[in-house]
Amino acid sequence: MIQAVARVINRFWARNGRANRAQPFRERIVEGALFLSGALSILVTAGILGVLAFETFEFFSRVSLSEFLGDTRWTPLFVDKHFGIWPLIGGTLLTSAIAIAVALPLGLLAAIYLSEFASSRARKIIKPTLELLAGVPTIVYGYFALVFVTPILQKFIPDLAGFNALSPGIVMGFMIVPLISSLSEDALYAVPVGLREAGYALGSAKLPTIFRVVIPSATSGIVAAVTLAISRAIGETMVVTIAAGQQPNWTLDPRVPIETMTAYIISISKGDTPTGTLEFRTIFAVGSMLFLMTLVMNLISHRMARRLRYGARP
Amino acid sequence: MTADTEGTEQPMRPARVDIAGERSRLPERVFLVLCFLSVLLPLGMLGVLLADVFVDGAGRLSWEFIKGIPSRRAAAAGIWPALIGTFYLIGLTAVIAVPVGVAAAIYLEEYGRRSKLAGFIEVNIANLAGVPSVIYGLLGLEVFVRVFGLGSTVLAGACTLALLVLPIVIMASREALRTVPDSLREGAYALGATRWQTIRQVVLPFSLPGVLTGAILAVARAMGETAPLIVVGAVVFITFSPTMTSGFTALPIQIFNWVSMPQKAFLENAAAAIVVLMLTLLVLNSVAIVLRNRYQKRIY
Repeated sequence: MIQAVARVINRFWARNGRANRAQPFRERIVEGALFLSGALSILVTAGILGVLAFETFEFFSRVSLSEFLGDTRWTPLFVDKHFGIWPLIGGTLLTSAIAIAVALPLGLLAAIYLSEFASSRARKIIKPTLELLAGVPTIVYGYFALVFVTPILQKFIPDLAGFNALSPGIVMGFMIVPLISSLSEDALYAVPVGLREAGYALGSAKLPTIFRVVIPSATSGIVAAVTLAISRAIGETMVVTIAAGQQPNWTLDPRVPIETMTAYIISISKGDTPTGTLEFRTIFAVGSMLFLMTLVMNLISHRMARRLRYGARP
Repeated sequence: MTADTEGTEQPMRPARVDIAGERSRLPERVFLVLCFLSVLLPLGMLGVLLADVFVDGAGRLSWEFIKGIPSRRAAAAGIWPALIGTFYLIGLTAVIAVPVGVAAAIYLEEYGRRSKLAGFIEVNIANLAGVPSVIYGLLGLEVFVRVFGLGSTVLAGACTLALLVLPIVIMASREALRTVPDSLREGAYALGATRWQTIRQVVLPFSLPGVLTGAILAVARAMGETAPLIVVGAVVFITFSPTMTSGFTALPIQIFNWVSMPQKAFLENAAAAIVVLMLTLLVLNSVAIVLRNRYQKRIY
């Protein structure tokens, strides 16, 4: 049925195309429409920058930048208001650091296994299976951290609070393993076989060859993977919102409740803070900081990935 | 040990050139086991996660739960408005994101292959893919909810999600377009077809399976997103089937709400809702795989 309709439309278009000479004009309209679709992405970027810049500017007309970056108390909803963003940045960096501490060794070793040890058949099965980890919605990981991981950790760490940085950090680490393993594996696999053979020819065994030849050659790719993973961990929202609590504590203790930048944005959004007020504008100021941090990480990652693309090939 | 046998069969590379002798064998074995464990551990955790969610939620799964509406009593609550809201959301998201994304991919691959502007757009899309989803929520809140005056509606939520998944659609579609051999395009040109005719009648049909797969993956991603919807203003307590212009909710929002409740009974509800969400995602992904396989067969 659909095919029949398509055939009719096709015939109509074909005949029209041949009959009149207006074709270049139609071609140009089509090209214009396609270009506009492509250019939409620029508009989205401009929109993000514009919205964040505008609202943040409004925010800083009321709160000084020195308070924002100089105070270590974040209490915008209290009577005694303080707008020091450091507790939120600290919470974000703490959970991200725990996540990377879990994901980096696991992801890197998994990548080495896939690239240097696994048969091509095992690779074909394991790679997409690992990717499943990245396909699970983050809200599910949040539930898992709160309901399953925290109680288990509490058996080993008695004074671990119900909301803490440790549990969501660990779960987030497992979540970003595929990000690190898949990108690092690409980098390791791209190292020319000739380099490995040269290592063997010089009398080096497999292990020294991996550590002294293969990994150093793939460094920029691995760094790209890790910076991208850091960016993901910083921007991750639901896991930390659910399992890390909503208390902006200026601390590096992973056992107590903290609040990340992303969790703060959620807690204000779901509350009944009226839009347009100074309290509400804080989420855009925090969002700007979050955007800047992830942008820097993404740019480093892209630069490193590009170096890999042009550098590693013989 | 499966790890060991897999380690030895390497057709491409010299696997065991053991010039250094037996001494190097032991550390290598230990290292191999470590590497293999690093693959098993995350997969094991995924298994535990799925089992845990299922065990927690199985008791609440029933037809009444799926057809029920939210309630202050955990045992009476259901997910029907959230489920309907989610289908509205992902349907609208696909309707907005897929045509625009495919069009953008066509422009980048077929028209702007070497132009500077296309290069700029490309870098820009790569950067957009790395922006945290909660930032898209802030964009949607300001632009769709307030400036466009859509309010906190399904449409505003879907527009926000569409922008969020646009990079996924574009990247997958470009990948698919790239698999079309140039000889096919040249063949079409030789028959007198114009550029657009070539794209519409030769390139697009050929790359359809890849484009479809990308579209479904994007929809699956949109389905699990929670943070941007909360920022855009999704509400939880909806006791009717939502429409285009009403307040809206979605399955992840409902799960988040139940997880945030202090009573344990609501956690069971959350687990049951997670099972429904994961099963729906499983179906979507299976459809993607089946579609791809089927179309691929038909083309070759």
